[in-house]
Amino acid sequence: MTLNLTVSPDFAPDHISGWFIFNTWLQRQLGTGVHLELYDCFDTQRKDIKSGKFDLVYANPFDASMLVRELGFKALVRPISKPDETIIATHKDAAIQSVEDLKPGATLVTTDDPDVNRIGMIMLEPADLDASNTETLAVDSYVIVAKNVLNQDADVGFFLKDAYDELSDLIKNQMKILVSSEISVVHHTLLLSPKLQKYASTIQQRLIKMMDDEKGRSVLESMNLLGWEAMTEEETEFMIDLIDTLIDE
Amino acid sequence: MPEHDVKDVRDVRDTVINYHDGTSRKAIVLDREVPYPEGKLIVSRTDTQGVITHANQAFVEMSGYTEDELIGANHYILRHPDMPSVAFAGLWETIEAGNKWHGYVKNLRKDGAYYWVKATVIPNIRNGVVVGYTSVRRKPSRSKVSESEALYKTLS
Repeated sequence: MTLNLTVSPDFAPDHISGWFIFNTWLQRQLGTGVHLELYDCFDTQRKDIKSGKFDLVYANPFDASMLVRELGFKALVRPISKPDETIIATHKDAAIQSVEDLKPGATLVTTDDPDVNRIGMIMLEPADLDASNTETLAVDSYVIVAKNVLNQDADVGFFLKDAYDELSDLIKNQMKILVSSEISVVHHTLLLSPKLQKYASTIQQRLIKMMDDEKGRSVLESMNLLGWEAMTEEETEFMIDLIDTLIDE
Repeated sequence: MPEHDVKDVRDVRDTVINYHDGTSRKAIVLDREVPYPEGKLIVSRTDTQGVITHANQAFVEMSGYTEDELIGANHYILRHPDMPSVAFAGLWETIEAGNKWHGYVKNLRKDGAYYWVKATVIPNIRNGVVVGYTSVRRKPSRSKVSESEALYKTLS
């Protein structure tokens, strides 16, 4: 048996090798093949997940909602102390001092990261801005988001806080943060497909104990994670309910 | 008398707030708005009767109650007397039918001040059964607050 693993494309490029090292670690722990497939596009990955291509998915919170409610996946673990937070930043010399200074017609530069974009748009609501009265430039990575903000090709950029924090000081010093979310309870999760639930307990236990030995810790470090903690079914449902409230219908 | 009451004494109203379950309480109401904290979401959960079962830190800070005071209390302790009861009737009708509710709400803090939120409430459905509700509040725009204030005055 080979487990097919994929990872939400929103981690920093520096950690790609970390996920491959994790893949090897997981193979040894489980005594079975694990095949890792990475994507640079959320939509393409989502289509492949929906087609049943993957058994194990490290998903962003919005995709976790789809995986649990539509596809019957179960969350096993979440990364310790790593909530998904969003930053809206502008050029340091921009006249804008707060989100409320933005006017209809404002230009946004974003990736196609669904949770960052959703929370970013929520943080623009106090300025009466939404998709109908803003212009969005979608780019491939947070580095390109930053480049567009520095070139003042857009009024503001949306960043995953982790990705923003990993930008160089040279780049960060040329931007100012207008607002940074403090939601705390929305985070990535590692989910297992319904057809492999008999392995759920083994995989969960190995991951929770991963930070207990030096080898495990070094693998975690290469992924920029501190460790994993168990996710109960109710905790998963709670997060999904919360995300549901953030989607305006 | 708490310090803020002395400062805002001209704006103090002693009000009796009547709730739909027949209970009531006397509350101090101040004409003082506390700004919504940037970037935060206020999150709470209740059982099907509206009794609070979970409150996040932002809720504790903005409501002015301790977590212990919030857990086990009915969510209506946040209800500001300026809010028309018809708004909450609409909320309950919507969520009891299994649907999501959005609205702008003026909440009453423990100290009598108030804060405006954009609220969303959804039913928590487990195995096809509604077991409670999750309410998430976020920062509203001032234009929506003004519109809501004007509307609620006509409904009170």
